[in-house]
Amino acid sequence: MTTTTERAVGQPIGRIEGPDKVRGTARYAAEYQVGDDLAYAWVAQSPVARGTLTGVTVDPLVEADDVLAVLWHGNAPRLGAADDPELAVLQSDRISYRGQALALVVARTLEAARRAAATLSLEIDEEPHDCVLRTEHPDLYTPEKVNPAFPSETTSGDVEAAFAAAPVTVDVTYRTPPLHNSPMEPHATTALWANDDLVLYDSNQHPPGVAAAVATVFELPPERVHVITEHVGGGFGSKGSARPNAVLAAMAARVTGRPVRLALPRQALFSMVGHRTPTIQRVRLAASSDGHLTAIDHLAVSHTSRLFEFAEQTAVSTRHMYAAPNRRTGHRLVRLDMPTPRWMRAPGEAPGMVALECAMDELAVALELDPIELRVRNEPTVEPESGVPFSSRHYVECLRRGAERFGWGDRDPRPKQRREGDWWIGTGMAGATYPTMAQPSTARARRLPSGDYEVSIAATDLGTGARTILTQIAADALGVPVSQVRVRIGDSTLPKASVAGGSSGSASWGWAVTGACQALRSNSSSDEAVFDSTELVQKQEKDGKHAFGAHFAEVRVDAVTGEVRVSRLFGMYAAGRILNPRTARSQFLGGMIMGMGMALHEEAVLDPAMGTWVNHDLAEYHVPAHADVESVEAEWLEEQDDQINPMGSKGIGEIGIVGSPAAILNAVWHATGVRVRDLPARLDKILPHL
Amino acid sequence: MDLVVNGVEHSLDLDPRTTLLDALREHLGLTGAKKGCDHGQCGACTVLLNGRRVNSCLILAVTLDGTEVTTIEGVDHPVQEKFLEHDGFQCGYCTPGQICSAVGMLDEVAKGWPSAVSTGEDHLSDADIKERMSGNLCRCGAYPNMVPAIREAAGR
Repeated sequence: MTTTTERAVGQPIGRIEGPDKVRGTARYAAEYQVGDDLAYAWVAQSPVARGTLTGVTVDPLVEADDVLAVLWHGNAPRLGAADDPELAVLQSDRISYRGQALALVVARTLEAARRAAATLSLEIDEEPHDCVLRTEHPDLYTPEKVNPAFPSETTSGDVEAAFAAAPVTVDVTYRTPPLHNSPMEPHATTALWANDDLVLYDSNQHPPGVAAAVATVFELPPERVHVITEHVGGGFGSKGSARPNAVLAAMAARVTGRPVRLALPRQALFSMVGHRTPTIQRVRLAASSDGHLTAIDHLAVSHTSRLFEFAEQTAVSTRHMYAAPNRRTGHRLVRLDMPTPRWMRAPGEAPGMVALECAMDELAVALELDPIELRVRNEPTVEPESGVPFSSRHYVECLRRGAERFGWGDRDPRPKQRREGDWWIGTGMAGATYPTMAQPSTARARRLPSGDYEVSIAATDLGTGARTILTQIAADALGVPVSQVRVRIGDSTLPKASVAGGSSGSASWGWAVTGACQALRSNSSSDEAVFDSTELVQKQEKDGKHAFGAHFAEVRVDAVTGEVRVSRLFGMYAAGRILNPRTARSQFLGGMIMGMGMALHEEAVLDPAMGTWVNHDLAEYHVPAHADVESVEAEWLEEQDDQINPMGSKGIGEIGIVGSPAAILNAVWHATGVRVRDLPARLDKILPHL
Repeated sequence: MDLVVNGVEHSLDLDPRTTLLDALREHLGLTGAKKGCDHGQCGACTVLLNGRRVNSCLILAVTLDGTEVTTIEGVDHPVQEKFLEHDGFQCGYCTPGQICSAVGMLDEVAKGWPSAVSTGEDHLSDADIKERMSGNLCRCGAYPNMVPAIREAAGR
């Protein structure tokens, strides 16, 4: 078969919704006009970390004309059993963390709701709390599995014997702080009931999942809940499933008989919608004197909440990075009086690879070996723990090509050698990896009377470029130009899509879209085709499928203040076929910049006495700003992998944050000789040692 | 009170606590200005007041009787086309604020106002653009694409 149509996939097509976004007409969850009787909800959050709520007193004089309802567990409608205990809002007197939703005020105006919520009197029996993660915590335990379903512990060979025999070892502990996703659009829901049907305009990464979760708690058939998610102002994992705002808004709308809008204030995001768990990681590496690893041992400690077990898979990436005959990984968890940690961009890999890749740098120094050469010497031929061949890897190519493009070659390996004015200058590198996954999804393709095509799937575009990329995929599968394809996403009533998470959106949805479009193209007697990828996805080999990359950083550290600036950040990736180089580059850069935030700026600071993070806003939780970002660039290898999905694409949304923090920390060491093992690399941790 | 937005006069009956941002979003249906923090920390709500950029979440609407407000819905500026060309955004939530801020900032440069990093006569180096735009956060990290977009929109 020949075609005269230029392939759309691989072209740097601009975002389809771009014009709406630059004109301010793209609509987000809190921006729908849903009637003149719209009411506003405001959450009253717990001021204590542990205890029971015994009563709520409403001042009858406060906003009396405008308050429509004050809900708490004493009067809120009973909900059905939630799969996620965080969604059982206002159902129990139990307080599990500071910031938990204890009451909800619904009022005619936003101002009245906010004021009334602030003046509620919450009667609480406070109990002593425990919020501090520590390796000697008496309640540490080994979870049965870590997210999503990995064994918590793995071991092969004799690790202790290898350490006893090794001429060179590294034994280091790295700490990463609690981190906050902080999407620019706070979580929000506009809810309305139409008879017994519930409509939610909700900001999330998975409309069908939110619809199902909300249907469960309201004991409705799933098809009675309609979730509309046209545009999402970022999520980074924090909107991966329904959050309390969706249930609270729906409950308020049911009680008041009005449409209700609940837009969480920024401060509430720090407790109510999840965070990245802090980690304490011990990494031990043993090597022969010529730099071959003989043992790898990685133990990660993190926290979860009293409400349910969220087990970050911190040490899992260590299972496939490097060859070593003796190896062990493990996870420990402790339940604290804290909000439930959740997914944040590259959960597991991002914190885990900080520890592994910084430890590798420390080992390279101990061996007096170039850190790239150390990694090349420990390149495995098959996935070390499963024994499964990699579908594609090209890690060494990323290291070599990246080193060349970055200008690594003439690097003096000794630390604190290069000084320009007040600045110590250094370079560092680290590896990157992210699993290549696909999840079952269904798409529908229709031939329209106009001759154009409509392709539908309940996916979401939170800035990833999904809407654009699916249009490209569909155009190629149909053999038509992109101008003839209209992709509909962002609606739970469309054919069922998997979550926009795990860097699996393009692979999962693209697989279904390809199937539906090919089916339609091959059947001229029908104007519609539906394709469900479940069977194909489920029979796929899951092991041995990863994207890889290498990050390089040049930093300068102020000799007077200890301030770190990242002069250059460079990523080289092997991530399968790049579907749209324009949006892909943006995703890589965005991940790397968030990685820079993780290395240098971002940190939720716990006040153990209050049981909360004190810096719960964007003034004090510093995410990278324009002035923090200097040269950031991403490139990629042409990689073909026919074993992963019909497009040959790997996920690219998360790998940018994996390894980029370690590259920066390794560069800080090279610039100054200071090893910061407790993130972020604040100036006060560097300055005393300069 | 009377509020002139994008050249159109609106008569509004507002709670005195209503911010300009909430007046725009909840009372006028102009949702282009975004609420990211409601505390003047993120810049997503940036609009122009008589041509100057402000955080609309920090201004009470009642103080603006008779003032000319320009929101993203009323902006028609080359910086928008350049944002599209350079992929200067991902999720788009900070974008209206970034664009209003850039428009206001370019006017500040035209007036000769230096920034903290300005040197000599050049007030629009890349470092200048970054410094001047640092009140507008972008969690997607689209900064490296916004800088050339703004520079080129200024004719550089």
